[in-house]
Amino acid sequence: MRLTLALVMLLPVLLFAGMYYKSSLLLQANSLLELLFSGVWKPMSGKFGFYPFIISSLWVTVVALLLAAPVCLLTTIHLTQYARRWVLRVMHPVIDILAGIPSVIYGVFGILVVVPAIANYIGPAFGKDISGYSILAGAMVLAIMIIPFILNILIEIFKNIPDELAEASLALGATKWQTIKLVLMKKALPGIIAAFGLGMSRAFGETIAVLMVVGNVTRVPTGIFQPGYPLPALIANNYGEMLSIPLYDSALMLAALILFVVVLLFNFASRLIIIQSEKRVA
Amino acid sequence: MKLKLKNGEEGFFRVLMFFSTTIIVVALLMIIISILYKGLPVLSWAMISQVPAGGFYFGREGGILNAIVGSLYLAGGATLLATIIGLPLALYINVHLVCHRRLVNGIRFVLDLLWGIPSIVYGAFGFALMSYFGIRVSLLAGIITVTLFIVPIMVRAMDEALKVVPRGLLETSLSLGSTRAETAYRVFFRQCLPGLSTAVLLSFGRAIGDAASILFTAGFTDYIPTSLSQPTATLPLAIFFQLSSPIPQVQQRAYASAVVLVFIILVVSILARIMSNRYQKHKINF
Repeated sequence: MRLTLALVMLLPVLLFAGMYYKSSLLLQANSLLELLFSGVWKPMSGKFGFYPFIISSLWVTVVALLLAAPVCLLTTIHLTQYARRWVLRVMHPVIDILAGIPSVIYGVFGILVVVPAIANYIGPAFGKDISGYSILAGAMVLAIMIIPFILNILIEIFKNIPDELAEASLALGATKWQTIKLVLMKKALPGIIAAFGLGMSRAFGETIAVLMVVGNVTRVPTGIFQPGYPLPALIANNYGEMLSIPLYDSALMLAALILFVVVLLFNFASRLIIIQSEKRVA
Repeated sequence: MKLKLKNGEEGFFRVLMFFSTTIIVVALLMIIISILYKGLPVLSWAMISQVPAGGFYFGREGGILNAIVGSLYLAGGATLLATIIGLPLALYINVHLVCHRRLVNGIRFVLDLLWGIPSIVYGAFGFALMSYFGIRVSLLAGIITVTLFIVPIMVRAMDEALKVVPRGLLETSLSLGSTRAETAYRVFFRQCLPGLSTAVLLSFGRAIGDAASILFTAGFTDYIPTSLSQPTATLPLAIFFQLSSPIPQVQQRAYASAVVLVFIILVVSILARIMSNRYQKHKINF
């Protein structure tokens, strides 16, 4: 029992050590800052600039969150404050199933529905003639993927708010909507931010679904209709061929390490906020 | 007038709320319908009962049995291994360490962090491990990687089930003279069997659906693996590879494979739901 505990507790350290060890080869040759902010990606001549991939990742993640956040928040308020029983009985399995669908299925859905929709309707509506494989496609697929994840956390947070708060507000003559807007939202705010943070880190690391619809062009994207090439897609796409070049291998490990550190920090901050706000309620 | 405006705002937002809830349901329906619509017409008995024959990837005969069986082996092996690691850990937290609240909270925190780490990172780490120990792409390497990836998920899910056991049960069991280990494996295990089996099934669902972690560790092959050291095909990767083929017939097969995967996932999640209501024979109701 203690052995398993030690094993699992050591896992994050092992993860970091393993990837750092593998990427140290590249870090010896180049400084980290140089690698992060250089835009030149030419593995064959030993140039590894992660800038286009990091920017792509940011674009996809932020747009996905912008799409998912309002839907999640509104649905949470609906489900926790207004919804009838039968709505809840329908929505719980819906959220569960949505959360359980594998990412490759989301990718297939993206290719079948989202990409054509962007190419035929959304793109032309903005006067663009595009293939549909774009940052926007990646972000839309991601948004659907992180909605159940964020929703579960948000519902939990809203349920944890003591009823007395709402009762006091209602007793003072506030309407139900005023209570929600001014009392509950205020109380839940740290939790909401944390839930979005967790959603963002989930989106940041998602691989296959994004890889399938985002276009994978090594260039710094400047708009949502352009193709992008996020970090996880970079790792997944190039693994087969990099074996022959040690530096390339090292560069992809560094990409994984960057992902790991970013996601870990985001998770760490968000979880801390949630724990803090739970403490205050209790 | 002011009152009306207030109601107007609430009304406006209620319409928005209704819409956003509907969007979620519509999204799920669209995913399932679009995949069934494209995949069902292509799905045939031959596809799920044969391994790829010659020229399969040019649209000729064969099926995806290799991927189906490979996925079941991989997810089954990983779930088994994860249960061996995860069950003692979850029990240990809730029985042995129950008095050390801070420590338990710390462990939960680390598990939550691990849960949030993307599967591609586990995949890269698994690959690094493999090259360090000199293992080739194989079923075993895939199982180990996926195990690392699902252990935190499983332990947290088991923990949620064990957490709600009343303290009285622990105290009663200890006062009757049983050791902590007996309390864990005889009392808590039985009491929470439904929740624990749900956790196992949930992890199985995660394991069978993930593609990023096995991309470089499990490999891909046209045959059903007969030993742990052989590479194995998996459903998610079969879908992914077939879909990136330029040949329409092969792409069609990707949709059919997607139907198979969705079917497995749905069966597992329905089983998990049934499980959580079953196996209550040994449960003590408070």
